[in-house]
Amino acid sequence: MDRRDTIKSLLLGSVAAGLAFNGCTLDGSSENNIKKVSDSPLYGRTKPELERDKELLEQTFFTEHELLTVATLCDIILPKNQQFGSANDAGVTEFIEFIVKDMPQKQTPLRGGIMWLDGYSKKLYNKEFIECSDSEQMAICDQIAYPKKTKPALKPGEQFFTTMRNLTLTGYFTSKMGIEDLGYQGNTPNVWDGIPDEILKDYTVKYDEDWLAKCVDQSKRGEIAVWDEEGNLIS
Amino acid sequence: MQIKESTQTFDAIIVGSGAGGGMATKILSEAGLNIAVIEAGPFFDPANPDHQTQLKQPWESPRRGAGTTRIFGDFDAAYGGYEIKGEPYTRAPGTKFDWFRSRMLGGRTNHWGRISLRFGPLDFKRKSFDGLGDDWPISYDDVKPYYDKVDKLIGVFGSKENIPNEPDGFFLPPPKPRLHELFYIKGARKANIPVIPSRKSILTKRINNDRGICFYCAQCNRSCSVYADFSSGSCLIFPAQKSGGRITLFNDSMVREVITDNSGKATGVIYINKNDRKEYELSANIVVLAASACSTARILLNSKSNQHKNGLGNSSGLVGRYLHDSTGASRSAFIPELMNRKMYNEDGVQGMHVYSPWWGNHLKLDFPRGYHIEVSGGIKTPLYGFGFNLDALNQFIGHEVGGYGESLRDDVKKFYGSVIGLAGRGESVPVESNYCEIDNTVVDEWGIPVLKFHYKWSQYEIKQAEHMQDTFEEIFDGMGAKVFDERPGEDKNHGLLTPGRIIHEVGTTRMGDDPKKSVTNKFQQLHDVKNVFIVDAGPFVSQADKNPTWTILALSWRTSEYIVNELKRQNI
Repeated sequence: MDRRDTIKSLLLGSVAAGLAFNGCTLDGSSENNIKKVSDSPLYGRTKPELERDKELLEQTFFTEHELLTVATLCDIILPKNQQFGSANDAGVTEFIEFIVKDMPQKQTPLRGGIMWLDGYSKKLYNKEFIECSDSEQMAICDQIAYPKKTKPALKPGEQFFTTMRNLTLTGYFTSKMGIEDLGYQGNTPNVWDGIPDEILKDYTVKYDEDWLAKCVDQSKRGEIAVWDEEGNLIS
Repeated sequence: MQIKESTQTFDAIIVGSGAGGGMATKILSEAGLNIAVIEAGPFFDPANPDHQTQLKQPWESPRRGAGTTRIFGDFDAAYGGYEIKGEPYTRAPGTKFDWFRSRMLGGRTNHWGRISLRFGPLDFKRKSFDGLGDDWPISYDDVKPYYDKVDKLIGVFGSKENIPNEPDGFFLPPPKPRLHELFYIKGARKANIPVIPSRKSILTKRINNDRGICFYCAQCNRSCSVYADFSSGSCLIFPAQKSGGRITLFNDSMVREVITDNSGKATGVIYINKNDRKEYELSANIVVLAASACSTARILLNSKSNQHKNGLGNSSGLVGRYLHDSTGASRSAFIPELMNRKMYNEDGVQGMHVYSPWWGNHLKLDFPRGYHIEVSGGIKTPLYGFGFNLDALNQFIGHEVGGYGESLRDDVKKFYGSVIGLAGRGESVPVESNYCEIDNTVVDEWGIPVLKFHYKWSQYEIKQAEHMQDTFEEIFDGMGAKVFDERPGEDKNHGLLTPGRIIHEVGTTRMGDDPKKSVTNKFQQLHDVKNVFIVDAGPFVSQADKNPTWTILALSWRTSEYIVNELKRQNI
């Protein structure tokens, strides 16, 4: 399956489903398969916050054509590699659809940016961006993806592409897949006991002994703190 | 509208459940008083799974933690922000003040940085030192016993350093520095600026059997589900309830005014229940205001009666005056040696493990007072905005800017954890002309007239911010870090943030011995009304470069003991 087919099938899967469950299928005609957004406050929401999320999820901003364009760009910006999936595999198009509803100031730049891209694509190849071949799409991206090198007339395209790159990177690296790709190991209970020796040895800075002597002895963290009258910890 | 009177009469009504209100709740209830706590927001308990944001994954938020709903991000434990729907405030033309409110049990203590610094001897007597502002009517020695008790009750990590104006306390041991913090230590030392372990109210060691121990997720701003950080609900109010205190919580209840009898003595409060939108009256022998410096000033100014024509406790005309916030400016830089880091978990505790206390009390400078430096950086959880700065960093190291494809993955990993941020938090000089008053033309959705702010920074604060920028650059230079953002110039007040942005509002009901020049006495009791006390930061005469919370707690404890003693002596 080539990239475009993959994207279409994905859109019919995750993104389309994401829209459908909120009552707005991509063709706008059917109310079948409507799933209710869960009322469960999955991440500590207050009631008004929950309602706001729900309201946003129930709206649809991008048209099908726009979604396909966003999805195509996302996978050009972050394609899959041997180990990890593409931006779309990590749900980035869905994330961008949500963000433009959450941050309405992004709507015109993105919608207009897509129009600009199609306009430029028609000028060069007489077809919209998503109808172009892979090599044609790349040729367009090459002209707007490198801020230092962009021709003045193509600056609006550069602006749009930079926004798409930022949102794609944020969407991907805050996803489960992206965090695994990044190798981030935190956000989990642990007992921090300083920089591991095998890491620290690679750097010019060192711990000094006087400083370490003031620091926590993790073997005694469970013992209730007791001080002498001068405030010296004695437990 | 008919006022509904409660049949209950309380010994004390406490308005607000943050640091000051929480401490008063604990001490007064332990003394046997029957307490009503009135909080403008909902109930909140970080141990309740429905309230919990701690350890949630970035993707559990559809906006990946962005600040659209909550200003400091979806996972931050503050229900509120600088703007709250239905609860506006106004600003006088040409002046600026941003007012942060957190409407929830525990208030802003649920999300604060837990930086817990005692004011030093000099911080209570600044006028004697530099001739500006006023001295407090109390000294460090008056407060020290209470700081000691707060340390032992709540827990604060730190180290004994014997620095004259940075008093040591009863500390838990601090965590070891992270990698970027070792670079900071190196840079600060080269610049001859002291650097010591942080002092934060986070339990690196068990303090009692009711609270858990820190498990190093760096998320104290989400309020700790095992109560290993200081939040007012989890560390003061819940334990006070658990130990049998007679405490009635009134949540979603917004106090409009304190009511008084013909003699001028307070008899209770009127509050609006936000759920049924009706007003209620509660009676008590004592009213303790802890609504935040500005909210308390608002309540007092809205409490007008024949006996108190200018508002309660306002015979001096000073309620709302001398409002001040800490100064703040920041800068970030990139540490080339930290490119392409190997991954390991270095979350640590929330925020910095090391900091620089103010070093310049005896230097000849072109501004008064000082600031401390806070450090941020490291390998942090990716949230909304992650990856946005790639172009700036690539441009800085002379690499190709922009692009797409597999190379972006490498770029992200190349720079992950290589940026360090420094922030100065300093002392401003309080002036009478910075103040809040009632805006008689605007009410909030509860029908309560709102506050109007008048606030301008002076050259003192602007010069201080300029000094911060010089210092940051010197420290960055010493650690081999490269500043890649533009230095904010004079046109931007050298990066000095808008007043209110540091969320250290203090001074609106300042204490003093002279009733003409102050609102409360040195026990935070209104000069005009003996049975009304203020235990938020309103009574602060000056806000040191230290964060105010530890002093709010110590002074609230001191005032609460005073109340108990005065009751015993039948003085109130």
